Amino acid sequence: MTTADLLGKLEQVVIALAAFAAVIGLLLFIIDRAPKKRKDFFQLIGFVTPAFLLLIIGLVYPAIRTAIQSLYDAKGNFIGLDNFVWAFTQPDSLVSLRNTVIWVILTPIASTAIGLAYAVFIDKSRGEKYFKALVFMPMAISFVGASIIWKFVYEYRPTSANQIGILNQLVVWLGGEPVQWLQSVPANTVFLVIVMVWIQTGFAMVVLSAAIKGVPTEIVEAAQLDGTNAFQRFLHVTLPGIQGSLVVVVTTISIATLKVFDIVRTMTAGNFDTSVLANEMYTQAFRAGEPGRGSALALILFVLVLPIVIYNVRVLRKQREIR
Amino acid sequence: MSSVAPVELPIPGGVAGRAPSLEEEYTEATTKVGRVKRNLTSKWATVAALLIALLWTIPTFGLFLSSFRPAVLIKTTGWWTIFSNPGLTLDNYRDVLFSSSVTAPQLGQYFVNSVAISIPATIFPLVLASMAAYAFAWMNWKGRDVVFVLVFALQIVPLQMALIPLLSFFSRGITIGNALIIPPTPSGTYAQLWFAHTAFALPLAIFLLYNFISQVPGEVIEAARVDGASHGQIFLRIIIPLAMPALASFAIFQFLWVWNDLLVALVFSGGSPDVAPLTQRLAELTGSRGQDWQRLTAAAFVSIIVPLIVFFSLQRYFVRGLLAGSTKG
Repeated sequence: MTTADLLGKLEQVVIALAAFAAVIGLLLFIIDRAPKKRKDFFQLIGFVTPAFLLLIIGLVYPAIRTAIQSLYDAKGNFIGLDNFVWAFTQPDSLVSLRNTVIWVILTPIASTAIGLAYAVFIDKSRGEKYFKALVFMPMAISFVGASIIWKFVYEYRPTSANQIGILNQLVVWLGGEPVQWLQSVPANTVFLVIVMVWIQTGFAMVVLSAAIKGVPTEIVEAAQLDGTNAFQRFLHVTLPGIQGSLVVVVTTISIATLKVFDIVRTMTAGNFDTSVLANEMYTQAFRAGEPGRGSALALILFVLVLPIVIYNVRVLRKQREIR
Repeated sequence: MSSVAPVELPIPGGVAGRAPSLEEEYTEATTKVGRVKRNLTSKWATVAALLIALLWTIPTFGLFLSSFRPAVLIKTTGWWTIFSNPGLTLDNYRDVLFSSSVTAPQLGQYFVNSVAISIPATIFPLVLASMAAYAFAWMNWKGRDVVFVLVFALQIVPLQMALIPLLSFFSRGITIGNALIIPPTPSGTYAQLWFAHTAFALPLAIFLLYNFISQVPGEVIEAARVDGASHGQIFLRIIIPLAMPALASFAIFQFLWVWNDLLVALVFSGGSPDVAPLTQRLAELTGSRGQDWQRLTAAAFVSIIVPLIVFFSLQRYFVRGLLAGSTKG
């Protein structure tokens, strides 16, 4: 990179920010001086138009286009539901569908369970803040970065050489043979899921920890006076108290998991039977030149996400009403 | 897709959009310690907690340590043998950041790209969303509630649904009939990425900021209206300063989201080193040079360091935002 390049990039950013500030500033200035008669109307238009325009051009219209495009082939011929038939019959896409199901079952359960256990274990302990930060840290790291971290953990060297991946070293220490974790079908999908669990556990932990602290102390004390042991209290007091948060955590992680793309792309590129829906969608649409198939897969993704979100919103609403 | 997913949460006793931060929780916890005996945290629980903490830290630590080891040592010995195979160096970082050799990762320019993409892609949605949120909260207009629900509902559209048509907009422009309404976006610039990130961020941003902005006491706004202030003045002088904590929370999220994103980058950067961010370069490196661990480890850390700094210095806002949001993506 030359200095000229750097200056060029800097210039782009500065011009964009200045132009944006100028447009918004001008907009606010103009609506402030709108004719008295319809001032409220002009002010409203000024406030909402930029966001709405972007939403329509960038999200609403493209989503509708995608839905339509899923009915067409690569050459633009109308083919009805053939792309969906393809998605549910071709071995490649069936594998990615199967894997998506495995992901969406394992990830939320594992991260929520570990996150909850950890939150309970460290609750009110000394150094809780630091314990939290350790497990929470992966949340800040990109999926790509996390993938490299774990690729290094799974790294394989033949038996004759020194291991450099910690997992295989553990296996060797325990007297086993090193394994090519990411290439051993079908377990490799689980090894990818572990990366996602590693990332999402922190999220579950922080949310559930806050919920646990929201359970009224009086009830916990009352249960204690009744002679319950810690596990009983957890089962009958804490757990019902954090039910709403549990649902939200599970559904949120499920949604994130359904759309997982970066981990698979970075660690195996979808090889060795590890592809998932979002990865297959990207491959079909942007690598294989099959936008119709890609659109169909995107639509399937949308349909899978939909019930989870609706359930999530309903639970939240109920919680609100109770309060 | 980012690792970050803000969530709307029913926390008993917590005001919406204002969940306790880590520090507040912490002080709250310490004051309660005296009252509630902590039987649950038995010896075994402590052991289990330590084990989880260790499991969660070791992978990152191993990579971090390895990034300072000479290439020969990384490839032949495990990082846990550092004491029997000593040797630390900064060569890996020098190589990935500054080496101009054709095969080197040349991360310098990608780092600049990541910064250049993330900052405007954080500011744009922040400003536009707070304006829209203000209109939803403090302007009376017909159909307001219906439109708000529609914007809220947009959060469930996975961004995969928008990628293909959006890419063709950018390359062909938008035409109605034969008239070109918006010309094609020049490739080799950040414009496409800024636009895509801004549009994708808006539904969540509007919703989050609405939750906060609508909580501002109505009397304050009324008083300003009586004094003859316009909406523009109220927005700039009253709402923005009051909403600063919420704005900060969202800004951190959006920044991390954009910085960590791979999918949007892959689709809209065209893979050009003029535009592509760090994540994209890293993904390339793992594909083409998957065995160059001296480079991969250092490169991974170059990309991780900014989110980590943001995370550790602004953890309070981060957690608060996390507990107050809703799903994104």
